[in-house]
Amino acid sequence: MTILYVLIPLGLVLVGFGLWAFFWATGDGQFDDLDSPGWSVLEDDTKPANPDRKDEPPQP
Amino acid sequence: MNGAAVACFHCGEPLPRGLTIHARVDGRDEPVCCHGCKAVAEFIAGAGLGDYYRYRDTSSTRADEPPRPDRWSAYDRPELVERLTRAEPGGARSITVLLEGLRCAACSWLADKALSLQSGVLDVSVNPATARARLVWDPAKVRLGDLLRVLDHVGLRPHPLAGEPSEQVALLERRSALKRLAVAGFGNMQVMMFAVPLYFGAANGMDPDMQEYMRIVSMLVSVPVALYAGWPFYQGAWHALRARSISMDVPVSLGIVLAFVASVWNTLRGSGEIYFDSVTMFVFFLGLGRYVEMIARHRAGSVADALARLAPVTARRLREGVAEDVQAVELRVGDELLVRTGEVFAADGTVLDGEGRVDESMLTGESTAVAKRPGAAVHQGTQNLGSPLRLRVTAVAGDTVLSGIVALLERAQTERPRLARAADRAAAWFLSRILVGAAIVFAVWWFVDPSRAFAATLAVLVVTCPCALSLATPTALAAATAALAKRGVLIARTDAVESLAKATRVLWDKTGTLTRGLVRIEDVRTHGDVDAAQALAWAASLEQLSEHPIARAFLGASTTATPATEVAVHAGRGIEGLVEGRRMRIGTWEFASGAADPGAAATASSVAPEPDASGDGDSWAYLGTGQGVVAAFRLADPLRPEARECVERLAGLGLPSAIVSGDETAAVARIAARTGIPEQAARLSPQGKLERLQALQSTGHVVVAVGDGINDAPLLKGADVAIAMGRGSALAQTSADLILVRDSLDDLPHVVELSRRTQRVIRQNLTWSIVYNLAALPLAALGWVPPWLAAIGMSLSSVIVVLNAMRLSRGTHGRRDPQWPAARPAEAA
Repeated sequence: MTILYVLIPLGLVLVGFGLWAFFWATGDGQFDDLDSPGWSVLEDDTKPANPDRKDEPPQP
Repeated sequence: MNGAAVACFHCGEPLPRGLTIHARVDGRDEPVCCHGCKAVAEFIAGAGLGDYYRYRDTSSTRADEPPRPDRWSAYDRPELVERLTRAEPGGARSITVLLEGLRCAACSWLADKALSLQSGVLDVSVNPATARARLVWDPAKVRLGDLLRVLDHVGLRPHPLAGEPSEQVALLERRSALKRLAVAGFGNMQVMMFAVPLYFGAANGMDPDMQEYMRIVSMLVSVPVALYAGWPFYQGAWHALRARSISMDVPVSLGIVLAFVASVWNTLRGSGEIYFDSVTMFVFFLGLGRYVEMIARHRAGSVADALARLAPVTARRLREGVAEDVQAVELRVGDELLVRTGEVFAADGTVLDGEGRVDESMLTGESTAVAKRPGAAVHQGTQNLGSPLRLRVTAVAGDTVLSGIVALLERAQTERPRLARAADRAAAWFLSRILVGAAIVFAVWWFVDPSRAFAATLAVLVVTCPCALSLATPTALAAATAALAKRGVLIARTDAVESLAKATRVLWDKTGTLTRGLVRIEDVRTHGDVDAAQALAWAASLEQLSEHPIARAFLGASTTATPATEVAVHAGRGIEGLVEGRRMRIGTWEFASGAADPGAAATASSVAPEPDASGDGDSWAYLGTGQGVVAAFRLADPLRPEARECVERLAGLGLPSAIVSGDETAAVARIAARTGIPEQAARLSPQGKLERLQALQSTGHVVVAVGDGINDAPLLKGADVAIAMGRGSALAQTSADLILVRDSLDDLPHVVELSRRTQRVIRQNLTWSIVYNLAALPLAALGWVPPWLAAIGMSLSSVIVVLNAMRLSRGTHGRRDPQWPAARPAEAA
């Protein structure tokens, strides 16, 4: 079980890295808004069209 | 089901009968309730943002009246932009605005897209959690007024926030809390990982060196948790102690510090129990609860935001007859102001010139506008609905009536929570017993064996704050908060759950809570060959220049009516004017039909008046020519359809209701009769409402107050539990403990039930933890429990507590019916 003397510090280093990443993300504002970015994937990349757009899907 | 046909496509409110307005959205005609909603829906669709209606999961805010483009022109002025905004690199400017009506992520998507379509907009970030948007734009390409106008057009009325620093402070506070939470969470996971082998290894002959190693590693991981993540608790405790009081932070801090110090002590000397797992878990769960609470509190907003909505930032000052726009902060007592129709007064003053009516509903709660003649006093924050008024400023800044209400509100807050103080007293009592007990143990051991006195004392202190016991309350509160959030109920103060469970009375402000808070046209009846749309257009023409709040209902329901000419207002009777060359009248039946005219041929009136208002409580307005009535409009501030059921269910839960309103006696009595509320008080000032509340409290009642206006703010602040409606004023939400975001009273009885269940769960958890600890401790001390059994028992007792708390989040899933008002049968008004 002496391997634990190596593995546990290694685990702590990884935890430290994770925390650092989390701190960076928080400071970067990644957690300021958790709702609206989810909607952005739903929108079309194309510019919102004018009413007489040709490729308009048929209405149900 | 024909649900889609009874509700407005945009705002989801019931459609008025006898009136059809359609908005053209993505090639289809959708029914809407008013021209405000029509304008908003068509603007959204026209900008290619029709997807909004597919994404949203809650209905939008009623637009009420078409957007007024001129409202935002003031924001084009450079000196105002200079003051409200901040410079960004590259000559750009940035501003934070509060968006009224931002209720879901789809709304924030809408705001984001609508702004991004404007050229010159460099960056937009919309935060649905706080209903705020930050814009960065290039002033050379686009003006601020245009951006605000776009937001208004999509139904999200912007309120520029001059006090951006407070917003920044709130953001930093959220981030800092999140970091502390992460440290506690990561730390707790690590310590738990070492705790399991320590518990089980001790029973199975683990290498003592390895045990020692794991204990030291646990200690190292716990240090940042106890010092960094637990710091806010120590700060709170220190502030409380300096103020010579004991808050919840004091026992919490003491528990953390003692358990931590004892564990460190035992680790360093190499024997004895360590409690790093308990300490870190305690910090994590408490921090989690506080974090959720803080998010809700930030969302509820601040007083500064509320004032930003009410008091305008600019005013038009008259200097020797010349008008100039100045900032409201520059106004001095004695200045002369010109306040045009629709503008909000920037200061208190006396009318010098002009006659008109002023909407004072935000101060008094009265829905009827008040007539103002020269010499009359007008107040900051109220709105001029009539002709332009010239006034002399009598009070500015902190001396205005509005500021007085805010001060009253702050005072009520300090006088506040009897119950919270009771909880603090209980904590202090508990704490003093523990300290006395520990002192006795120390004294006894001092005589028996001085070398073990310190260790034994620490053991007693730590054991009185064990894992399960400390988890009992935070886990239950966190689960209840989450369950309520799912239902659309925000908790800004978690001890409100406790107060609500004990509540014995409910006080309602009538307008906006039991009713919807808006006068609107419920029904149109026409006579002869006139159709409803035509009648409404005529009515709107007459009302175009009117100052009466009812006029707003007509303006919202009409097409772009041209103002009537030769308009004459007959006080208390109605309005007369020339519409499309015809002389028309709108007002009471006698006035409109001409029956009251001297020498008029009363026989000409073809239509009898509608049944009197006292019957069903609605009022009627009539459109006529002076020789007969051509149309009748039923006007009402409709009762919420769920109000009666809510009142009955609350009464069933042992919470009788009473109305305290600033409105007229007759209107209050009517609503009381229709909701079955026995107790009522009308024509109360905000102070009067607070006195009613305090009278109830002095007889031992725990009072819940439900309100929605600024005039309710003192009432809400003084109540044991304050509940605000989701569409109410920001100031009311600021004072509230609970916000019904979905703007439906349906949720209220559920909230009461859930808070009672929460209290039950907390009691069960506490009982279980105490019984377990009391039973296990002496047994373990006497050596009758092997370590592996103690380990299993210890973990199980914590798990049981957490699972018991989790029951609260089960079976309380709110309906997420996106069009819930539509699914409801039409109002039985």
